[in-house]
Amino acid sequence: MQNYDLVIIGGGPAGLAAAVAARNAGIENLLILERDRELGGILNQCIHNGFGLHTFREELTGPEYAGRFIEQVQTLGIPYKLNTMVLDLAADKTITAMSREDGLFRLQPKAVILAMGCRERPRGALNIPGYRPAGIYTAGTAQRLVNMEGFLPGRKVVILGSGDIGLIMARRMTLEGAQVQVVAELMPYSGGLKRNIVQCLDDFGIPLKLSHTVVDIQGRERVEGITLARVENGKPVPGTEEHYDCDTLLLSCGLIPENELSRAAGVAISPVTNGPTVNESLETSIPGVFAAGNVLHVHDLVDYVSEEAAAAGRHAAALIRTGQQVSGRTLPIRCRDGVRYTVPTSIRPEALDPDGTVTLRFRVDGVYRDKRIVVLAGSQPIFSRKRPVLAPGEMETVQLKSRLILDCPDVGELTVKLEDA
Amino acid sequence: MKQVHLICIGCPLGCPLTAELEDREVRSVTGNTCKNGEKYARKELTHPTRIVTSTVRVSGGELAMVSVKTASDIPKDQIFDCIHALKDVEVPAPISMGQVILPNVAGTGVDIVATKAVRRSRAGS
Amino acid sequence: MIYDTIIIGGGVSGTAVARELSRYTGKLCVVERCEDVCCGTSKANSAIVHAGFDAKPGSLMAKLNVAGSKTMAALSRELDFPYRQIGSLVLCWDEAQRPQLEHLYRQGLENGVEGLEILSGDQVRAMEPHVTQNCVAALWAPSAGIVCPFGMTFALAENAARNGAEFRFDTTVTGLARADGLWQVQTDRGILQARTVVNAAGVYAARLHNLVSSHPLHITPRKGEYCLLDKQAGSHVSHTIFQLPGKLGKGVLVTPTVHGNLLLGPTATDIEDFEGVNTTAQGLEAVLRTAALSVDNLPTRQIITSFAGLRAHEDGHEFVLGEVSDAPGFFDCAGIESPGLSSAPAIGILLAEQVAAKLGLSRRADFVPTRKGIVNPAALSFKARQALVRDNPAYGQIICRCESVTEGEILDAIRRTPGARSLDGVKRRTRAGMGRCQGGFCAPRVLELLSRELGVPMDQLTKAGGGSRLIAGTNKDSV
Repeated sequence: MQNYDLVIIGGGPAGLAAAVAARNAGIENLLILERDRELGGILNQCIHNGFGLHTFREELTGPEYAGRFIEQVQTLGIPYKLNTMVLDLAADKTITAMSREDGLFRLQPKAVILAMGCRERPRGALNIPGYRPAGIYTAGTAQRLVNMEGFLPGRKVVILGSGDIGLIMARRMTLEGAQVQVVAELMPYSGGLKRNIVQCLDDFGIPLKLSHTVVDIQGRERVEGITLARVENGKPVPGTEEHYDCDTLLLSCGLIPENELSRAAGVAISPVTNGPTVNESLETSIPGVFAAGNVLHVHDLVDYVSEEAAAAGRHAAALIRTGQQVSGRTLPIRCRDGVRYTVPTSIRPEALDPDGTVTLRFRVDGVYRDKRIVVLAGSQPIFSRKRPVLAPGEMETVQLKSRLILDCPDVGELTVKLEDA
Repeated sequence: MKQVHLICIGCPLGCPLTAELEDREVRSVTGNTCKNGEKYARKELTHPTRIVTSTVRVSGGELAMVSVKTASDIPKDQIFDCIHALKDVEVPAPISMGQVILPNVAGTGVDIVATKAVRRSRAGS
Repeated sequence: MIYDTIIIGGGVSGTAVARELSRYTGKLCVVERCEDVCCGTSKANSAIVHAGFDAKPGSLMAKLNVAGSKTMAALSRELDFPYRQIGSLVLCWDEAQRPQLEHLYRQGLENGVEGLEILSGDQVRAMEPHVTQNCVAALWAPSAGIVCPFGMTFALAENAARNGAEFRFDTTVTGLARADGLWQVQTDRGILQARTVVNAAGVYAARLHNLVSSHPLHITPRKGEYCLLDKQAGSHVSHTIFQLPGKLGKGVLVTPTVHGNLLLGPTATDIEDFEGVNTTAQGLEAVLRTAALSVDNLPTRQIITSFAGLRAHEDGHEFVLGEVSDAPGFFDCAGIESPGLSSAPAIGILLAEQVAAKLGLSRRADFVPTRKGIVNPAALSFKARQALVRDNPAYGQIICRCESVTEGEILDAIRRTPGARSLDGVKRRTRAGMGRCQGGFCAPRVLELLSRELGVPMDQLTKAGGGSRLIAGTNKDSV
């Protein structure tokens, strides 16, 4: 068994940024395990532009954004293995992995960073009635077929779900010659970015129907049509059914962090995010196992994935260097009044850099206007920021000065909530 | 004076913009949180442009397709001309990131460039 | 070519008959309208091996269910398909219904079911902590089990093929006639001739029967809808949990599957459409509502797919097996609804004996009774798996992440006889695409392997044969 200080599971944006940060923090003996044929993860199929404004101050396509990090990994000489699937992660951090070239092998690093990303919610999770013909794809599968393989999965398309991948695929399919008839969204608001509605739907005259869902799929062999209906209080309204002829139904109905390995290892998982619960160092319930990126919680922008993963890389490096766990109090972070979850879920004041900051990321549970994001230490407000609009499709970030928490030595918990502005 | 509402596509914030137009000329832009917002609104209301991303076929490469983009934004009404121009393009591997795939696409004066590197196929086909 | 026997229908019954008949010297052909075996009722059912207390004593259903159930363990070893004897419980929620439970118990004893016991509500909840509080008693049948209906059908088909049975797919029987002392089986691909015919055509068996007999059969497609839950939910119960049929209807079951998922269903709706395998909003809702009567806290957020199957319900609710009185050499294998899967091994033996006797066939000396399934690398020890990958690196390449299916397994599935020719064919043989992402990640890669192995262009490949093409064209081909 070859030993590494740090093994990063996943060579997508999170894994790459974590590896670069860990190497820059002095970790020499590390390894990235990537299951696909190339580094870059899902960015390789996200050929549209719009990435990296935050990180690189310029607008890049997915492959270009990934390319920047891949170049750093290569320049730093960080080793990686492609086409390598991690089959198991044990509670003692033993990794069982496999590839054609290396066969079946085990590693037991001092620290692990989980960077496996997320996957799409399939049709079953939506329990759409009807037949099960060919022609029903998740938007991501269609994206891979079109962008990586050059195959059009269909010519007349209906998209269910207005997540960003669905919106992006509406434009991609249109530009490759398909006819996208409508995008239906169950919720009264879009799950994707507003700019994507403008440049992917409005530019091409594709209607977006909010509060609508697919109530029937027709066609025994190949999709022949679908029925949409308006939704009120989560239920389709009888009499509002509309038929659309189509040969393809694309689903873009949400992403689920891919935590099979984490669960097998016994990592505690949040029922809200479906990702691990982590402390301020992005360390899971298993000491030495860190998580970052979409495996931790689904992000809206890859820039934040990179930022978060770099933090995980630095924290893992610190743990490897000191070989010591921080002792002392743990403050849980509670969510209230519109805040669905936070990452991290707890903070250990002893682990904070007194002159630094700690980043809280979260999402809200509905569309809110004219609110304030408020953070309480115990019952004492320590942070407040006005937000004219908050929406579930967008991740919120709060940078808290460590000092604000360290100055409240007696509190037992932190709370993040929304208040009227 | 006519008011037009727009969503800025300059960055993921998606600021809601309000522009005031008089005789097809933009008098003012409000709602933007950065100067790009104003620039966007003025452009969008006079000569809208977009970056176009697509794919073209690769011959002899490790990958079947290479992703490409317009090196800068092109007039919005020429998006489909650009796509037509890419229809039968096939590029031999190796391809480097940023390599010009098609110069001056559809007479826009803008080049199509690769957004990904593709190595030659090991099978050597 | 004149066959001794043509079996119409490649479901679990047809392939069971084929496998048993392949012990004899006759020339045998299975004619299947779909592109693979296991495409009708056999692919969408409860995947249960019933203990055998449901059927009326003395009926064929009772006799063959108990016989099939008793041989299932040995057959699963011989043919290497997944089967687990986990036992079943029939829940009773109302003291007033206890006589019904006791009736089932006595019926079971009469049918020869072993180990039956009536348990108290508390005993049941000790075995199954999630069973609802209102359960007052249950019938415990330790001999009941769960099976992979795909695995079982493929095993039977492959073993039949190994012993000389021929398979003709994408071939629909359109007519039947007698000429020159032979059965003329008319198909959309020409006429086939046989001395005997076995009619194992599922919901269509009555139509075929009625072409040759003046004593008509009537079969109604009875739809059953199901929800399948993620493996994370698979241990929610550890036995098959039935409901006592009562005022709430026929009831649905909650059961683990052999692969560790949780299965809920079925509903029971008589329909007109012989191809009506669509799920419905009402049906799926009924499955969840009714299942919740048995078991608390069903993790319904973890549904990964839903599906519907059609039972071939014959009016008399009895298997119709054997030579048709006014059609010599024409054997029915009809009305095979539950407990059809459980009974299939016994149905196969019964019909094979009758057909062999009719034809005067003798047993083959070179019959190979065993078959090895596709290797499941995850079930191997670390060392054995290491060796497997070393010997064949294709077993080192994971294609389906959710179910950890390797390229080696998929290639094996495609290269077998009968082998996988579609995405669903690969899925049912290897489980690639059957996991929580439902093929989102692996479908494009499985298509590549199918295309390469079969030499079929990507845009000709299908989900499940026929017109179920997956790819419509190439980028910009129409701009």
